[in-house]
Amino acid sequence: MTAEAVMPDVAQVTDGAETVLSVRGLHVAARGEGGPVPLVKGIGFDVRRGETLAIAGESGSGKSITSLSIMGLLPPPGVSVTGGEIRLGDQVLTGLSDAGLRRVRGNRIAMIFQEPMTSLNPVMTVGNQVIEAIRAHTPMSRKAAKAQALQALKAVRLSEPARRMVQYPHELSGGMRQRVMIAMALALKPEVLIADEPTTALDVTVQREVLELLRDLQRTQGTAILLITHDMGVVAEYADRVVIMRQGQVVEEGDTRRIFQAPREQYTRDLLASVPRMGTGGEAVARTTAPVVAELRDVQVRFDIRGGVLNRVTHRVHAVEGVSLDIRGGETFSLVGESGCGKSTIARAIVGLVPHEGLINVAGQRVGLMTAEARRRLSAATQIVFQDPMAALDPRMTVGEQIAEPLLIHGDGDAASRRARAGELMERVGLTTAQLDNYPHEFSGGQRQRICIARALALTPKLIIADESVSALDVSVQARVLDLLRTLKDEMGIAMLFISHDMAVVENISDRVAVMHLGQIVETGSRAQVFGDPRHPYTRRLMSAVPVPDPDHVRAAELRMTGDVPNPVHPVGAEVRRHHMVEVTPGHFVAGVM
Amino acid sequence: MSDVAVTPAAVRRPDGVWARLRRRKLALFGMAIVVLMVGSAILAPWIAPYDPFEQHFEGLSLYGEPLPPGGDFLLGTDLLGRDLLSRLLYGARTSLIIGVVANGIALVIGTLIGLVAGFFRGWIGSVLMRFTDLMMAFPALLLAICLAAIFQPSLWIVAFVIAMVNWVQTARVIYTETTALTERDFIAAERTLGASTPRIVFKHILPHLIPMIVVWGTLGISTTVLLEATLSYLGVGVQPPTPSWGNIIFENQTYFQSAPWLVFFPGAAIVVLALAFNLVGDALRDVLDPTLRGSN
Repeated sequence: MTAEAVMPDVAQVTDGAETVLSVRGLHVAARGEGGPVPLVKGIGFDVRRGETLAIAGESGSGKSITSLSIMGLLPPPGVSVTGGEIRLGDQVLTGLSDAGLRRVRGNRIAMIFQEPMTSLNPVMTVGNQVIEAIRAHTPMSRKAAKAQALQALKAVRLSEPARRMVQYPHELSGGMRQRVMIAMALALKPEVLIADEPTTALDVTVQREVLELLRDLQRTQGTAILLITHDMGVVAEYADRVVIMRQGQVVEEGDTRRIFQAPREQYTRDLLASVPRMGTGGEAVARTTAPVVAELRDVQVRFDIRGGVLNRVTHRVHAVEGVSLDIRGGETFSLVGESGCGKSTIARAIVGLVPHEGLINVAGQRVGLMTAEARRRLSAATQIVFQDPMAALDPRMTVGEQIAEPLLIHGDGDAASRRARAGELMERVGLTTAQLDNYPHEFSGGQRQRICIARALALTPKLIIADESVSALDVSVQARVLDLLRTLKDEMGIAMLFISHDMAVVENISDRVAVMHLGQIVETGSRAQVFGDPRHPYTRRLMSAVPVPDPDHVRAAELRMTGDVPNPVHPVGAEVRRHHMVEVTPGHFVAGVM
Repeated sequence: MSDVAVTPAAVRRPDGVWARLRRRKLALFGMAIVVLMVGSAILAPWIAPYDPFEQHFEGLSLYGEPLPPGGDFLLGTDLLGRDLLSRLLYGARTSLIIGVVANGIALVIGTLIGLVAGFFRGWIGSVLMRFTDLMMAFPALLLAICLAAIFQPSLWIVAFVIAMVNWVQTARVIYTETTALTERDFIAAERTLGASTPRIVFKHILPHLIPMIVVWGTLGISTTVLLEATLSYLGVGVQPPTPSWGNIIFENQTYFQSAPWLVFFPGAAIVVLALAFNLVGDALRDVLDPTLRGSN
């Protein structure tokens, strides 16, 4: 890193490093019916060599639009830069021709996106894609490019890089794909790397590995990183400075430590306050003795994988393997684990969407091969709220009709009374009766999730299953929806099965917790027991991987995992070793063998 | 940052479908053409200037050539000296029945088969879709000829035959769309609410297929009208001398260079009919889509 002369027009205090990327008074607008709609309203910031600047904000704040305008990738013809200047070193990027921008993109600025699967070409091997990226910018022989590509894959700590070169993207896990994206981005040693929500689609343990990899590479190459994220935990741990954006404007900018310790603006304070934090489990709560609402005994769910010439079942995904648990009336039971651990499959099995083996009893109703009448009784007893509310609502039906629909299906009351009840439910979840005739697309994400909750409440069920119900929401909205769920549960005495990958959220809402790994429960107990005294190594690993929204937090050093993630696919007939649960303290069970 | 305070949509009662359709000029234009064509088909005996079957002596030139447009015969005459305008007006009856009825039946069959196969999949879906594949692999024209040979050719039999041949593409497209829809979360949500299968299929899946049905329906109009013409040409369609737009084209196509109007006018009629239905169909699709409500 060379400490050259500081650019004179930068007013901020610099630590001597030169400014690589500078944005001044950037305006971006989208073409709308009534004239242009401003998306970004005059923002400015500088990124210096070797530093990580985070742009944090909630959805709609314009953070991604900002990153796309730097890359010159705004979706034409609707959205365009309407003012301001973006400068890379001494080159002005705004107003540069497409050809000019192409020379800059990849060479001097590289970008990695949220979803590595969609950013990689599915019909090209990983190696060829990296080679192509290198040769597109630096003319060299294929052989030399191949050597450099292999080197790049090694640098991102991909296991068995030579084998990965000839594999296709779908053969790699999400974390490995993101490593490949990083390898492609960094192969040309760009001055600036824009990472737009690089780990949002990844599991928390993988997220940590990817972010640490980025940081290590940054240290060796001196790349400036512009990190776009909504996760304040990620900001606290990995950013040097942070720009908080809201509705296209910069709310606050400064040193990460300063922002977290002494936020100046109210919005920043609110944002930080709504970030769920991990503690030590809180006080022990006496175990409820209410009757059991849902009982699962030795539940098993397997999915067939067919293959070979005869299309026979060759392998099975052991999605859920021998899970037993009880949920009592009025309590919140959480299932937590990483993607693919089988937690959502359990939810779908309980409501009868996937067939299972073993016993599931909900409110005295055996789930399984059911008559239409039994199915209706089950749906009155248990309801599910899905992750993505837009997908879970029928876009061609008004929300009033949809909330009243369960009543109609179950033959409750007449049209007028159903509508009145739908209105009541709308108000119960914090919306208004007047919005009954609107369609789902006319609401915001948080409002839609409230509508889904209202629909789930219509039949006053005994158990509500919240399957990642707040994961797709902004933190501030998430906090409100969690509050709503909590009050509804307390007031109506409903039991809740809360399914999430987010340890911090789980700790905040649960009475009891079960940690799942590869289809089995590895640890279960009260919130205080699991979070205050985690016994299973996997639980500990999950907890330590959660980014802490505190820049002063010192993270314990940990072994890095670079190999293949173990998966629950087994050949037909293979027996999976079941965990033997040991009771360490009353009500706290831990798997004995791993 | 509140998710409650933001109310993107003002409270408003939705207008009816008709009211929204009326605001679209192109749709009105399309509807006017459709009404005009249907009207002239019905009123053909009263508005046609001549008998469509009569071979006029003065309808041919001294060398026995058909007359070009203008003069006594507004759109000219055909090879036998019959008035083209009268034949077009009477032909509209046949062609509209084929284009609307046959196409409509094909659409209904295709939608039902695709919907059922896509929703249930399993063995029902396999049987239905393999049957569809079979129909697709079988040359449509050959099938039509076979069917027409079995039944005594008449207008309604021709319509039925055309429907039997034309539902296949619709079924395939609807099948693909339905399988995708069935995987969506809101269908899973409906299942957990205890909704019955007919309810899910007709209230929650069918409305989403409307755009697709409209597109295939309007595309089918010109295909079916021309298929009828092909059948007539092969002698298994509407029997001459009964005119249809299709068979007017086929009767006269060999003289295309010397008497282009004989192909141009019926061809234009088919194009205008298909276009008119297209305009109405597109507008209907947008009007029936609540997610586009408010935008124009």
